[in-house]
Amino acid sequence: MKMMKKTLLAASVAAIASSAAMANVSDGKVKIGVLADMGGVYADICGQGCVTATQMAVEDFGGEVLGMPIEVVSADDQLKPDVGSAIVRKWVENEQVDAVGGLVSSAVVGAATKVLTDAKKIALISTAASNAFTTKACSPYNVHWTYNVAALANGTVKPMVEAGKKKWFFITADYAFGHALEGVASKVINDNGGEVVGVARAPLSTTDFSSYILQAQSSGADVVALANAGNDTVNALKAAAEFGLTDMMDVAGLLVFTPNAQAMDANVAGGMRTTTGFYWDYDDKTREWSERFMARHGSIPAMGHAGAYSMTMHYLKAIEAAGTDDSDAVIKKMKEMKPDDFFSRNATLRADGRMVHDMYYVEIKKPDERRDSNDIMRVVSVIPGDQAYAPMLPECNFK
Amino acid sequence: MKINKFYVVMLLLALVAPFFLYPVFLAKLLCFALFACAFNLMLGYVGLLSFGHAAFLGTGGYITGWLMMNSGITPELAILLGTVVSGALGALYGKLSVKREGIYFAMVTLALSQLVFFIYLQAPFTGGEDGMQGVPRGHLLGLIDLSDNMNMYYFVLAIFLFGFWLIHRTIHSPFGQVLKAIRENEPRATSLGYNVNDYKWVAFTISAALAGLAGSTKTLVFQLASLTDVHWHMSGEVVLMTLVGGVGTIFGPVVGAGVIVTMQNYLSGGELGNYIHIIMGFIFVVCVLAFRSGIVGEFQKVWKRNFG
Repeated sequence: MKMMKKTLLAASVAAIASSAAMANVSDGKVKIGVLADMGGVYADICGQGCVTATQMAVEDFGGEVLGMPIEVVSADDQLKPDVGSAIVRKWVENEQVDAVGGLVSSAVVGAATKVLTDAKKIALISTAASNAFTTKACSPYNVHWTYNVAALANGTVKPMVEAGKKKWFFITADYAFGHALEGVASKVINDNGGEVVGVARAPLSTTDFSSYILQAQSSGADVVALANAGNDTVNALKAAAEFGLTDMMDVAGLLVFTPNAQAMDANVAGGMRTTTGFYWDYDDKTREWSERFMARHGSIPAMGHAGAYSMTMHYLKAIEAAGTDDSDAVIKKMKEMKPDDFFSRNATLRADGRMVHDMYYVEIKKPDERRDSNDIMRVVSVIPGDQAYAPMLPECNFK
Repeated sequence: MKINKFYVVMLLLALVAPFFLYPVFLAKLLCFALFACAFNLMLGYVGLLSFGHAAFLGTGGYITGWLMMNSGITPELAILLGTVVSGALGALYGKLSVKREGIYFAMVTLALSQLVFFIYLQAPFTGGEDGMQGVPRGHLLGLIDLSDNMNMYYFVLAIFLFGFWLIHRTIHSPFGQVLKAIRENEPRATSLGYNVNDYKWVAFTISAALAGLAGSTKTLVFQLASLTDVHWHMSGEVVLMTLVGGVGTIFGPVVGAGVIVTMQNYLSGGELGNYIHIIMGFIFVVCVLAFRSGIVGEFQKVWKRNFG
């Protein structure tokens, strides 16, 4: 009797082990964490919307991969590196999370990707802008999707310098993202014969930009570049208009997300040109997805939302193709397969983790050009990916 | 005798806890418990409300983080140096602030800690808003790998026990008796011939050093030192922890830190994430209105009434 029990036990253990081995999915499920800013200045560009977009991708994929369910969990990083990295640590060490998406503020993402790389888990970066994640802080587990500062600087700054706007003043968000954007943009300006006449650095989530605007006003620059994002850009532009800066010199928003452009005064923002990784009203494919997103989320998607959907889809397809959710195998497949959907056009995921795809040079529409409140931008030109993004660094080649 | 048994039970619980709960969470809890105990030494036993203790927590964290990243020394030395620097800063700030009392003392400490905050915001070595990221945990004494969470937890537990013992020892020493005398009636302590400012100053320095010890340890646990630790919110949070747990009780701050950290941990991921500050504020109000001596203080009262 005892013998029988033992045999039964052994047989059942073997059965469980073999079924697990066949599927090769750890813990019997694929779990994606979405770390985003749920209540701060970036909540409109990648907050609950990034969770919704990730969930849409999971549903469109069928809710399961390799016969195992896909689960999405989310958390608020409060834009703080310590909060964000602690959540990510808890997820990968204690809650079987396989990959973390969302990832908004570059400061939080810097801390989070270090934890993820240590744990050999994949970082799917949708909305962070710093190029560090595929250059000086590159890692085999980083996947940087939507855009980065190099693409913004090449897309927006270069044409303006070439058109004769030589003197630049920066109002910069005082953390990783702002510093990176200012650095890359300054290089583009200097390389093309322009000069940077001054810099004012404002803390993240500044509400009163008046002192920075006054500095810009007295700088004698041709262009005031806003190297910030989210509601910071909205507030800075508002202050610029109040002080009459917009009549005196050009104001260039280096990173303007569609929901933020929507929140700006169209009389002030109208005519401003910027670079984006996605515009919802570009063609039928983008409209089809965006309308589904709008029905779920209630507002038009920012590029990070579309990026979150696209990269989640690519991640799930790679798991299916690799036959496992093991990070190394999945990353390899992700880099082999070409991303191709409404978001990723002429796209490749490079060996350094940078997703190179077509970017869009857009102009914010003036009030009389808008047919309704969601009609915000016009695509001026498409920038091919290899012109927008900087070439890969040899030390970040993880092939 | 009863107390001793109680300590043994608590120690056993702390030893087996990581097998049931996530060790990093427990380590965080212990770091904040130590921080709150250090703060309680000032508020509970000297009767001075410092509103700038975050400066010491953050200083310990940044110094230890910087040493771990740049100097190649072992973690116990980095923690020791972080603690010493925090203690030195505490000695300086104590000298300036203990001459004042009550709200003025609180304001002086707040102002000084804001100076520290601004230095850390602007100084290049801290990484500003990004924080100091990717601090290695290193090998304890060059031997034990702290990147293993279990090893890290027991190391933190040892540090906490040391800090707790030191505070316990301080309170129950003749020095501690003088502190309590100052709290109860400062003019009388002066008339007995004690130089009260020196006593306050030494207590402030010990408290600052232990807060620095907590910050140093926390940086190793999370491999990150950030502005959150030096922000005045943190100075406020430690007041909350101490009040909720029970001012002037040895276990109060530990319980208070446990309650607040657990709440933050479990609320931040859930539906109530956005309301966490409102909920904490509500608890604070209830605490002040309904049970002023905190969880442990009220418990002791009930215990004394029924069994004492």
